[in-house]
Amino acid sequence: MAWQQPMDGSHASGSKVAAADGPGTQRTQYPYVTGTSVIALKYKDGVIMACDTGASYGSTLRYKSVERIKAVGKHSLIGASGEFSDFQEILRYLDELTLSDHMWDDGNSLGPKEVHSYLTRVMYNRRNKFDPLWNSLILGGVKKGPKGEEKYLGMVNMIGTHFEENHIATGFGNHLAIPILRAEWREDMTFEEAVKLVEKCLLVLLYRDRSSINKFQIAKITTEGATIYPPYSLKTNWGFAAFENPSKGAVGSW
Amino acid sequence: MFRNQYDTDVTTWSPAGRLFQVEYAMEAVKQGSACVGLRSRTHAVLAAANKAASELSSHQRKVFRVADHAGVALAGLTADGRVLSRFLRSECINHAFVYDAPLPVSRLALRLADKAQVCTQRSWKRPYGVGLLVAGLDESGAHLYYNCPSGNYFEYQAFAIGSRSQAAKTFLERKFKGYDDYTPEQLIRDALSAIKETLQGEKLTSSNCTLAIVGRKDDGTVEPFEMIDAKRIQEIIDSMEAAEETPVAAAEPSSTQEEDKGTDAAPMDI
Repeated sequence: MAWQQPMDGSHASGSKVAAADGPGTQRTQYPYVTGTSVIALKYKDGVIMACDTGASYGSTLRYKSVERIKAVGKHSLIGASGEFSDFQEILRYLDELTLSDHMWDDGNSLGPKEVHSYLTRVMYNRRNKFDPLWNSLILGGVKKGPKGEEKYLGMVNMIGTHFEENHIATGFGNHLAIPILRAEWREDMTFEEAVKLVEKCLLVLLYRDRSSINKFQIAKITTEGATIYPPYSLKTNWGFAAFENPSKGAVGSW
Repeated sequence: MFRNQYDTDVTTWSPAGRLFQVEYAMEAVKQGSACVGLRSRTHAVLAAANKAASELSSHQRKVFRVADHAGVALAGLTADGRVLSRFLRSECINHAFVYDAPLPVSRLALRLADKAQVCTQRSWKRPYGVGLLVAGLDESGAHLYYNCPSGNYFEYQAFAIGSRSQAAKTFLERKFKGYDDYTPEQLIRDALSAIKETLQGEKLTSSNCTLAIVGRKDDGTVEPFEMIDAKRIQEIIDSMEAAEETPVAAAEPSSTQEEDKGTDAAPMDI
Protein backbone atom coordinates (compact mmCIF):
# COMPACT_ATOMS: atom_id res chain seq x y z
CA MET A 1 0.00 0.00 0.00
CA ALA A 2 1.10 3.50 -0.77
CA TRP A 3 1.61 4.46 2.84
CA GLN A 4 3.72 1.59 4.07
CA GLN A 5 6.92 2.76 5.67
CA PRO A 6 9.50 2.96 2.91
CA MET A 7 12.33 0.45 3.28
CA ASP A 8 15.08 2.83 2.26
CA GLY A 9 16.43 5.51 4.53
CA SER A 10 14.28 8.29 3.14
CA HIS A 11 12.12 8.67 6.20
CA ALA A 12 15.11 8.75 8.48
CA SER A 13 16.21 12.05 7.06
CA GLY A 14 12.64 13.29 6.74
CA SER A 15 11.20 13.99 3.33
CA LYS A 16 11.50 17.49 1.96
CA VAL A 17 8.00 18.76 1.44
CA ALA A 18 7.56 22.10 -0.26
CA ALA A 19 6.90 24.57 2.56
CA ALA A 20 9.43 24.92 5.34
CA ASP A 21 8.75 23.31 8.69
CA GLY A 22 10.96 23.90 11.67
CA PRO A 23 14.01 21.69 12.10
CA GLY A 24 13.08 18.33 13.60
CA THR A 25 9.43 18.55 12.53
CA GLN A 26 7.72 16.38 9.97
CA ARG A 27 4.34 16.22 8.41
CA THR A 28 2.17 13.16 8.78
CA GLN A 29 3.15 10.74 6.09
CA TYR A 30 1.71 7.38 7.00
CA PRO A 31 -0.41 5.76 9.68
CA TYR A 32 0.89 3.13 12.12
CA VAL A 33 -1.92 1.18 13.77
CA THR A 34 -4.88 0.92 11.46
CA GLY A 35 -8.41 -0.41 11.42
CA THR A 36 -9.92 -1.73 8.23
CA SER A 37 -13.40 -1.36 6.72
CA VAL A 38 -16.53 -0.08 8.43
CA ILE A 39 -19.94 -0.47 6.79
CA ALA A 40 -23.22 1.18 7.66
CA LEU A 41 -26.74 1.44 6.29
CA LYS A 42 -30.09 3.03 7.11
CA TYR A 43 -32.91 0.70 8.03
CA LYS A 44 -36.46 1.05 9.30
CA ASP A 45 -35.73 2.07 12.90
CA GLY A 46 -32.49 3.94 12.36
CA VAL A 47 -28.94 3.18 11.30
CA ILE A 48 -26.90 0.01 11.61
CA MET A 49 -23.10 0.00 11.59
CA ALA A 50 -20.61 -2.86 11.67
CA CYS A 51 -16.89 -3.56 11.52
CA ASP A 52 -14.35 -6.03 12.75
CA THR A 53 -12.47 -5.61 16.00
CA GLY A 54 -8.96 -5.75 14.56
CA ALA A 55 -6.19 -3.18 14.35
CA SER A 56 -3.11 -3.91 12.24
CA TYR A 57 0.44 -2.70 12.63
CA GLY A 58 1.50 -2.68 9.04
CA SER A 59 1.03 -6.26 7.86
CA THR A 60 0.80 -7.68 11.39
CA LEU A 61 -2.64 -8.26 12.91
CA ARG A 62 -1.52 -6.72 16.17
CA TYR A 63 -4.68 -6.00 18.18
CA LYS A 64 -7.73 -8.19 18.02
CA SER A 65 -10.22 -6.67 20.45
CA VAL A 66 -10.53 -3.08 19.39
CA GLU A 67 -13.81 -1.18 19.41
CA ARG A 68 -13.96 0.92 16.28
CA ILE A 69 -17.59 2.00 16.69
CA LYS A 70 -18.60 4.29 19.52
CA ALA A 71 -21.71 6.17 20.59
CA VAL A 72 -21.68 9.97 20.40
CA GLY A 73 -24.13 11.88 22.54
CA LYS A 74 -27.68 10.58 22.59
CA HIS A 75 -28.33 10.44 18.90
CA SER A 76 -25.29 9.20 16.99
CA LEU A 77 -22.74 6.49 16.31
CA ILE A 78 -19.26 6.99 14.89
CA GLY A 79 -17.20 4.30 13.18
CA ALA A 80 -13.64 4.76 12.03
CA SER A 81 -11.09 3.07 9.85
CA GLY A 82 -7.49 4.21 9.52
CA GLU A 83 -5.11 5.33 12.24
CA PHE A 84 -6.52 4.21 15.55
CA SER A 85 -4.75 6.82 17.68
CA ASP A 86 -6.30 9.55 15.54
CA PHE A 87 -9.69 7.97 16.17
CA GLN A 88 -9.01 8.14 19.89
CA GLU A 89 -8.16 11.82 19.53
CA ILE A 90 -11.36 12.42 17.60
CA LEU A 91 -13.30 10.70 20.37
CA ARG A 92 -11.75 13.12 22.85
CA TYR A 93 -12.85 16.10 20.75
CA LEU A 94 -16.33 14.65 20.54
CA ASP A 95 -16.33 14.04 24.27
CA GLU A 96 -15.62 17.72 24.93
CA LEU A 97 -18.29 18.69 22.46
CA THR A 98 -21.01 16.43 23.80
CA LEU A 99 -20.16 17.22 27.41
CA SER A 100 -20.50 20.96 27.02
CA ASP A 101 -23.62 20.44 24.97
CA HIS A 102 -25.07 18.28 27.74
CA MET A 103 -24.12 20.76 30.46
CA TRP A 104 -26.21 23.47 28.86
CA ASP A 105 -29.26 21.45 29.87
CA ASP A 106 -31.41 23.68 27.73
CA GLY A 107 -33.44 21.21 25.75
CA ASN A 108 -31.10 21.34 22.75
CA SER A 109 -28.76 18.53 21.83
CA LEU A 110 -26.26 17.86 19.06
CA GLY A 111 -27.73 15.67 16.38
CA PRO A 112 -25.83 13.52 13.86
CA LYS A 113 -25.92 16.29 11.24
CA GLU A 114 -24.23 18.75 13.59
CA VAL A 115 -21.58 16.23 14.65
CA HIS A 116 -20.87 15.33 11.03
CA SER A 117 -20.54 18.96 10.07
CA TYR A 118 -18.20 19.59 13.00
CA LEU A 119 -16.01 16.62 12.09
CA THR A 120 -15.90 17.73 8.47
CA ARG A 121 -14.56 21.12 9.57
CA VAL A 122 -11.94 19.46 11.77
CA MET A 123 -10.80 16.99 9.10
CA TYR A 124 -10.62 19.56 6.34
CA ASN A 125 -8.76 22.08 8.45
CA ARG A 126 -6.20 19.48 9.49
CA ARG A 127 -5.75 18.46 5.85
CA ASN A 128 -5.04 22.05 4.92
CA LYS A 129 -2.25 22.12 7.49
CA PHE A 130 -0.75 18.97 5.95
CA ASP A 131 -1.31 17.24 9.26
CA PRO A 132 -4.36 15.06 8.70
CA LEU A 133 -6.21 12.82 11.07
CA TRP A 134 -5.68 9.67 9.07
CA ASN A 135 -9.20 8.27 9.23
CA SER A 136 -12.32 7.59 7.27
CA LEU A 137 -15.23 8.27 9.59
CA ILE A 138 -18.83 7.14 9.31
CA LEU A 139 -21.39 9.11 11.29
CA GLY A 140 -24.88 7.69 11.68
CA GLY A 141 -27.82 8.67 13.85
CA VAL A 142 -31.50 9.40 14.35
CA LYS A 143 -32.86 12.68 15.62
CA LYS A 144 -36.31 14.10 15.94
CA GLY A 145 -36.64 16.96 13.49
CA PRO A 146 -39.59 19.25 12.86
CA LYS A 147 -40.90 16.70 10.36
CA GLY A 148 -40.58 13.67 12.63
CA GLU A 149 -37.76 11.20 13.16
CA GLU A 150 -34.98 11.78 10.70
CA LYS A 151 -32.32 9.15 10.00
CA TYR A 152 -28.88 10.43 9.09
CA LEU A 153 -25.86 8.66 7.64
CA GLY A 154 -22.76 10.41 6.40
CA MET A 155 -19.05 9.98 6.01
CA VAL A 156 -15.96 12.18 6.08
CA ASN A 157 -12.40 11.17 5.32
CA MET A 158 -8.89 12.44 5.94
CA ILE A 159 -8.96 14.94 3.11
CA GLY A 160 -12.29 16.38 4.17
CA THR A 161 -14.45 14.79 1.47
CA HIS A 162 -17.87 14.32 2.98
CA PHE A 163 -21.32 13.20 1.84
CA GLU A 164 -24.55 11.59 3.02
CA GLU A 165 -25.98 8.34 1.70
CA ASN A 166 -28.30 5.48 2.53
CA HIS A 167 -25.37 3.06 2.78
CA ILE A 168 -21.69 3.82 3.30
CA ALA A 169 -18.46 1.85 3.59
CA THR A 170 -14.83 2.75 4.20
CA GLY A 171 -11.59 1.23 2.98
CA PHE A 172 -11.96 -2.11 1.26
CA GLY A 173 -15.66 -1.93 1.97
CA ASN A 174 -15.89 0.61 -0.84
CA HIS A 175 -14.82 -2.03 -3.33
CA LEU A 176 -16.29 -5.19 -1.84
CA ALA A 177 -19.34 -4.14 0.17
CA ILE A 178 -20.79 -1.22 -1.74
CA PRO A 179 -21.63 -3.27 -4.85
CA ILE A 180 -23.60 -5.68 -2.65
CA LEU A 181 -25.33 -2.83 -0.83
CA ARG A 182 -26.23 -1.09 -4.06
CA ALA A 183 -27.82 -4.28 -5.35
CA GLU A 184 -29.65 -5.35 -2.20
CA TRP A 185 -30.36 -2.33 0.02
CA ARG A 186 -34.00 -1.26 0.25
CA GLU A 187 -35.81 1.48 2.10
CA ASP A 188 -37.19 0.44 5.52
CA MET A 189 -35.52 -2.93 6.00
CA THR A 190 -36.22 -4.62 9.31
CA PHE A 191 -33.39 -5.03 11.78
CA GLU A 192 -33.06 -8.73 10.97
CA GLU A 193 -32.91 -8.05 7.22
CA ALA A 194 -30.34 -5.31 7.78
CA VAL A 195 -28.15 -7.60 9.90
CA LYS A 196 -28.28 -10.30 7.23
CA LEU A 197 -27.20 -7.85 4.57
CA VAL A 198 -24.43 -6.50 6.77
CA GLU A 199 -23.18 -10.01 7.56
CA LYS A 200 -23.11 -10.84 3.88
CA CYS A 201 -20.79 -7.86 3.32
CA LEU A 202 -18.67 -8.63 6.38
CA LEU A 203 -18.17 -12.20 5.19
CA VAL A 204 -16.89 -11.09 1.80
CA LEU A 205 -14.56 -8.66 3.53
CA LEU A 206 -13.35 -11.41 5.84
CA TYR A 207 -12.51 -13.67 2.90
CA ARG A 208 -10.93 -11.06 0.71
CA ASP A 209 -9.41 -8.31 2.93
CA ARG A 210 -6.16 -9.57 4.42
CA SER A 211 -6.33 -7.10 7.32
CA SER A 212 -9.75 -8.24 8.54
CA ILE A 213 -10.29 -10.73 11.34
CA ASN A 214 -13.18 -13.03 12.20
CA LYS A 215 -14.50 -11.02 15.12
CA PHE A 216 -17.16 -8.45 14.44
CA GLN A 217 -19.28 -5.91 16.24
CA ILE A 218 -22.64 -4.69 15.06
CA ALA A 219 -24.10 -1.48 16.43
CA LYS A 220 -27.40 0.22 15.92
CA ILE A 221 -28.79 3.65 16.69
CA THR A 222 -32.51 4.28 17.01
CA THR A 223 -34.72 6.77 18.79
CA GLU A 224 -34.20 4.69 21.91
CA GLY A 225 -30.46 5.27 21.79
CA ALA A 226 -27.29 3.47 20.78
CA THR A 227 -26.66 -0.26 21.21
CA ILE A 228 -23.29 -1.83 20.52
CA TYR A 229 -23.60 -5.59 20.52
CA PRO A 230 -20.89 -7.86 21.94
CA PRO A 231 -18.37 -9.23 19.43
CA TYR A 232 -19.12 -12.45 17.60
CA SER A 233 -17.73 -14.51 14.72
CA LEU A 234 -19.15 -15.55 11.39
CA LYS A 235 -19.11 -19.07 10.07
CA THR A 236 -16.70 -19.45 7.21
CA ASN A 237 -16.49 -22.18 4.64
CA TRP A 238 -13.12 -23.36 3.44
CA GLY A 239 -14.25 -26.77 2.22
CA PHE A 240 -13.34 -26.26 -1.38
CA ALA A 241 -11.64 -28.99 -3.36
CA ALA A 242 -8.80 -26.69 -4.34
CA PHE A 243 -7.96 -26.17 -0.66
CA GLU A 244 -7.72 -29.92 0.08
CA ASN A 245 -4.19 -30.31 -1.07
CA PRO A 246 -3.08 -26.80 -1.95
CA SER A 247 0.41 -27.67 -3.09
CA LYS A 248 -0.71 -30.48 -5.42
CA GLY A 249 0.46 -29.61 -8.88
CA ALA A 250 2.51 -26.70 -7.67
CA VAL A 251 5.81 -26.07 -9.36
CA GLY A 252 8.65 -25.57 -6.95
CA SER A 253 12.28 -26.45 -6.35
CA TRP A 254 11.73 -27.77 -2.94
CA MET B 1 -29.64 58.20 41.72
CA PHE B 2 -27.38 61.07 42.58
CA ARG B 3 -23.94 62.05 41.41
CA ASN B 4 -21.41 60.72 43.91
CA GLN B 5 -17.74 59.98 44.33
CA TYR B 6 -17.96 56.31 43.29
CA ASP B 7 -19.44 56.72 39.84
CA THR B 8 -16.49 57.86 37.75
CA ASP B 9 -15.11 54.44 36.80
CA VAL B 10 -16.97 51.30 35.95
CA THR B 11 -14.32 49.45 37.92
CA THR B 12 -15.02 51.31 41.15
CA TRP B 13 -17.39 49.74 43.65
CA SER B 14 -19.49 51.89 45.90
CA PRO B 15 -19.45 51.07 49.63
CA ALA B 16 -22.94 49.69 49.21
CA GLY B 17 -21.67 47.21 46.64
CA ARG B 18 -22.96 48.94 43.52
CA LEU B 19 -21.34 49.72 40.21
CA PHE B 20 -22.86 53.07 39.37
CA GLN B 21 -21.61 53.24 35.80
CA VAL B 22 -23.44 49.99 35.04
CA GLU B 23 -26.59 51.37 36.62
CA TYR B 24 -26.27 54.59 34.62
CA ALA B 25 -25.96 52.48 31.49
CA MET B 26 -29.26 50.84 32.39
CA GLU B 27 -30.76 54.32 32.66
CA ALA B 28 -29.81 54.87 29.03
CA VAL B 29 -32.00 51.92 28.12
CA LYS B 30 -34.93 53.55 29.87
CA GLN B 31 -34.48 56.66 27.75
CA GLY B 32 -34.81 54.80 24.45
CA SER B 33 -38.19 54.40 22.79
CA ALA B 34 -40.19 51.37 23.82
CA CYS B 35 -39.80 47.80 22.62
CA VAL B 36 -42.01 44.85 23.42
CA GLY B 37 -41.47 41.11 23.07
CA LEU B 38 -43.79 38.18 23.68
CA ARG B 39 -43.86 34.50 22.85
CA SER B 40 -46.03 31.44 22.71
CA ARG B 41 -44.74 27.87 22.62
CA THR B 42 -44.11 28.08 18.91
CA HIS B 43 -43.82 31.76 17.95
CA ALA B 44 -42.08 34.89 19.20
CA VAL B 45 -43.01 38.46 18.31
CA LEU B 46 -41.05 41.69 18.67
CA ALA B 47 -42.55 45.14 18.34
CA ALA B 48 -40.95 48.56 18.63
CA ALA B 49 -42.25 52.11 18.79
CA ASN B 50 -40.51 54.20 16.19
CA LYS B 51 -39.33 57.65 17.11
CA ALA B 52 -38.08 59.87 14.34
CA ALA B 53 -35.87 62.83 15.24
CA SER B 54 -37.97 65.09 13.05
CA GLU B 55 -40.59 64.85 10.37
CA LEU B 56 -37.88 65.17 7.77
CA SER B 57 -35.80 62.21 8.94
CA SER B 58 -36.37 58.49 8.88
CA HIS B 59 -36.79 56.71 12.18
CA GLN B 60 -34.04 54.72 13.83
CA ARG B 61 -33.91 51.01 13.08
CA LYS B 62 -34.62 49.14 16.29
CA VAL B 63 -35.42 45.62 15.11
CA PHE B 64 -32.72 43.51 13.45
CA ARG B 65 -32.75 40.05 11.98
CA VAL B 66 -29.81 38.17 13.44
CA ALA B 67 -30.34 34.82 11.69
CA ASP B 68 -33.17 32.99 10.03
CA HIS B 69 -34.26 31.74 13.40
CA ALA B 70 -33.63 34.80 15.59
CA GLY B 71 -33.81 38.58 15.81
CA VAL B 72 -33.45 41.42 18.30
CA ALA B 73 -35.25 44.60 19.26
CA LEU B 74 -33.24 47.19 21.12
CA ALA B 75 -33.73 50.26 23.26
CA GLY B 76 -31.08 52.77 24.24
CA LEU B 77 -27.98 53.81 22.34
CA THR B 78 -28.87 52.46 18.92
CA ALA B 79 -25.27 52.72 17.72
CA ASP B 80 -24.25 50.27 20.43
CA GLY B 81 -27.20 48.15 19.41
CA ARG B 82 -26.13 48.08 15.80
CA VAL B 83 -22.65 46.89 16.73
CA LEU B 84 -24.06 44.18 19.00
CA SER B 85 -26.43 43.03 16.27
CA ARG B 86 -23.46 42.62 13.99
CA PHE B 87 -21.75 40.54 16.70
CA LEU B 88 -24.84 38.36 17.12
CA ARG B 89 -25.05 37.80 13.37
CA SER B 90 -21.41 36.80 13.32
CA GLU B 91 -21.91 34.30 16.16
CA CYS B 92 -24.88 32.72 14.43
CA ILE B 93 -23.08 32.44 11.12
CA ASN B 94 -19.97 30.91 12.69
CA HIS B 95 -22.03 28.33 14.53
CA ALA B 96 -23.99 27.47 11.39
CA PHE B 97 -20.74 27.08 9.45
CA VAL B 98 -19.26 24.55 11.87
CA TYR B 99 -22.41 22.67 12.89
CA ASP B 100 -24.74 23.23 9.94
CA ALA B 101 -27.45 24.07 12.45
CA PRO B 102 -28.98 27.21 14.03
CA LEU B 103 -27.39 28.50 17.23
CA PRO B 104 -29.81 27.79 20.09
CA VAL B 105 -31.27 31.03 21.44
CA SER B 106 -30.16 30.48 25.03
CA ARG B 107 -26.56 30.10 23.89
CA LEU B 108 -26.84 33.21 21.72
CA ALA B 109 -28.15 35.20 24.68
CA LEU B 110 -25.30 33.89 26.84
CA ARG B 111 -22.62 35.00 24.38
CA LEU B 112 -24.16 38.44 24.26
CA ALA B 113 -24.32 38.60 28.05
CA ASP B 114 -20.67 37.53 28.38
CA LYS B 115 -19.65 40.24 25.93
CA ALA B 116 -21.58 42.83 27.94
CA GLN B 117 -20.02 41.63 31.18
CA VAL B 118 -16.52 42.24 29.87
CA CYS B 119 -17.33 45.93 29.60
CA THR B 120 -18.27 46.06 33.25
CA GLN B 121 -14.86 44.85 34.35
CA ARG B 122 -12.35 46.82 32.30
CA SER B 123 -11.29 50.30 33.31
CA TRP B 124 -10.74 51.35 29.71
CA LYS B 125 -14.20 50.32 28.53
CA ARG B 126 -17.73 51.47 29.18
CA PRO B 127 -20.84 49.30 29.36
CA TYR B 128 -22.99 49.04 26.24
CA GLY B 129 -25.87 51.49 26.61
CA VAL B 130 -28.48 49.30 25.02
CA GLY B 131 -30.95 46.69 26.20
CA LEU B 132 -31.83 43.92 23.77
CA LEU B 133 -34.87 41.73 23.50
CA VAL B 134 -33.60 38.57 21.79
CA ALA B 135 -36.36 36.50 20.22
CA GLY B 136 -35.78 33.22 18.45
CA LEU B 137 -36.76 29.69 17.69
CA ASP B 138 -34.84 26.51 18.36
CA GLU B 139 -35.36 22.83 19.04
CA SER B 140 -36.99 23.46 22.39
CA GLY B 141 -39.47 26.00 21.04
CA ALA B 142 -39.76 29.78 20.87
CA HIS B 143 -37.76 31.91 23.31
CA LEU B 144 -37.52 35.51 24.43
CA TYR B 145 -34.55 36.85 26.37
CA TYR B 146 -33.76 40.27 27.74
CA ASN B 147 -30.06 41.18 27.78
CA CYS B 148 -29.16 44.25 29.79
CA PRO B 149 -25.97 46.35 29.92
CA SER B 150 -24.99 44.76 33.23
CA GLY B 151 -24.32 41.45 31.50
CA ASN B 152 -27.37 39.82 33.05
CA TYR B 153 -29.95 38.09 30.96
CA PHE B 154 -33.30 36.52 31.72
CA GLU B 155 -35.83 34.53 29.82
CA TYR B 156 -39.31 35.99 29.58
CA GLN B 157 -42.75 35.05 28.39
CA ALA B 158 -43.34 38.72 27.65
CA PHE B 159 -41.41 41.88 28.40
CA ALA B 160 -41.13 45.56 27.54
CA ILE B 161 -38.19 47.96 27.74
CA GLY B 162 -37.57 51.64 27.01
CA SER B 163 -39.47 54.76 27.87
CA ARG B 164 -43.03 54.32 29.17
CA SER B 165 -42.49 50.56 29.04
CA GLN B 166 -44.20 50.24 32.42
CA ALA B 167 -47.52 50.85 30.73
CA ALA B 168 -46.81 48.04 28.30
CA LYS B 169 -45.62 45.76 31.10
CA THR B 170 -48.82 46.36 33.03
CA PHE B 171 -50.82 45.41 29.97
CA LEU B 172 -48.73 42.28 29.41
CA GLU B 173 -48.85 41.23 33.04
CA ARG B 174 -52.59 40.95 32.84
CA LYS B 175 -52.53 38.56 29.91
CA PHE B 176 -49.24 36.65 29.71
CA LYS B 177 -50.48 33.48 31.41
CA GLY B 178 -52.35 32.42 28.30
CA TYR B 179 -49.57 33.24 25.86
CA ASP B 180 -48.19 29.69 25.56
CA ASP B 181 -51.22 28.69 23.52
CA TYR B 182 -51.71 31.92 21.60
CA THR B 183 -51.82 31.87 17.82
CA PRO B 184 -49.35 34.10 15.99
CA GLU B 185 -52.16 36.50 15.14
CA GLN B 186 -53.10 36.88 18.79
CA LEU B 187 -49.46 37.48 19.74
CA ILE B 188 -49.19 40.20 17.11
CA ARG B 189 -52.32 41.91 18.33
CA ASP B 190 -51.15 41.93 21.93
CA ALA B 191 -47.73 43.21 20.89
CA LEU B 192 -49.34 46.09 19.04
CA SER B 193 -51.67 46.78 21.94
CA ALA B 194 -48.71 46.86 24.30
CA ILE B 195 -46.88 49.33 22.08
CA LYS B 196 -50.02 51.40 21.89
CA GLU B 197 -49.95 51.68 25.69
CA THR B 198 -46.53 53.31 25.48
CA LEU B 199 -47.64 55.91 23.00
CA GLN B 200 -49.75 57.66 25.63
CA GLY B 201 -52.71 58.71 23.55
CA GLU B 202 -50.86 59.16 20.27
CA LYS B 203 -52.54 57.18 17.51
CA LEU B 204 -50.93 53.87 16.61
CA THR B 205 -50.22 53.66 12.89
CA SER B 206 -47.92 51.56 10.76
CA SER B 207 -45.51 54.48 10.53
CA ASN B 208 -44.79 54.67 14.24
CA CYS B 209 -44.25 51.00 14.98
CA THR B 210 -42.23 48.04 13.68
CA LEU B 211 -43.24 44.41 14.02
CA ALA B 212 -41.38 41.15 13.49
CA ILE B 213 -42.22 37.49 14.04
CA VAL B 214 -40.46 34.12 14.01
CA GLY B 215 -41.94 30.71 14.64
CA ARG B 216 -42.75 27.16 13.67
CA LYS B 217 -46.08 26.10 12.20
CA ASP B 218 -47.91 23.01 13.42
CA ASP B 219 -46.72 20.96 10.48
CA GLY B 220 -43.11 21.67 11.41
CA THR B 221 -42.20 24.21 8.74
CA VAL B 222 -40.23 27.12 10.09
CA GLU B 223 -41.38 30.68 9.46
CA PRO B 224 -38.06 32.56 9.46
CA PHE B 225 -37.59 35.81 11.34
CA GLU B 226 -38.96 38.63 9.27
CA MET B 227 -40.35 42.12 9.66
CA ILE B 228 -43.99 42.52 8.84
CA ASP B 229 -44.49 45.17 6.17
CA ALA B 230 -46.21 48.44 6.90
CA LYS B 231 -49.29 47.68 4.82
CA ARG B 232 -50.06 44.52 6.78
CA ILE B 233 -49.42 46.27 10.07
CA GLN B 234 -51.94 48.93 9.09
CA GLU B 235 -54.48 46.25 8.17
CA ILE B 236 -54.03 44.61 11.57
CA ILE B 237 -54.30 47.93 13.39
CA ASP B 238 -57.45 48.75 11.45
CA SER B 239 -59.06 45.42 12.26
CA MET B 240 -58.12 45.81 15.93
CA GLU B 241 -59.76 49.22 16.05
CA ALA B 242 -62.84 47.94 14.25
CA ALA B 243 -63.14 45.13 16.79
CA GLU B 244 -62.93 47.66 19.61
CA GLU B 245 -65.66 49.89 18.18
CA THR B 246 -68.29 47.16 17.92
CA PRO B 247 -69.82 46.50 21.36
CA VAL B 248 -67.88 43.89 23.32
CA ALA B 249 -70.95 42.22 24.93
CA ALA B 250 -73.14 41.42 21.94
CA ALA B 251 -76.26 41.80 24.10
CA GLU B 252 -78.42 42.41 21.05
CA PRO B 253 -76.93 40.31 18.31
CA SER B 254 -78.46 41.52 15.11
CA SER B 255 -77.87 39.69 11.88
CA THR B 256 -76.88 42.89 10.07
CA GLN B 257 -74.13 43.57 12.59
CA GLU B 258 -72.68 40.11 12.09
CA GLU B 259 -72.67 40.62 8.35
CA ASP B 260 -70.81 43.88 8.84
CA LYS B 261 -68.15 42.12 10.84
CA GLY B 262 -67.78 39.71 7.95
CA THR B 263 -66.91 42.50 5.54
CA ASP B 264 -64.21 43.95 7.79
CA ALA B 265 -60.46 43.64 7.06
CA ALA B 266 -59.63 40.31 5.45
CA PRO B 267 -58.39 37.54 7.75
CA MET B 268 -54.69 37.86 8.21
CA ASP B 269 -52.34 35.51 6.52
CA ILE B 270 -49.29 35.91 8.69
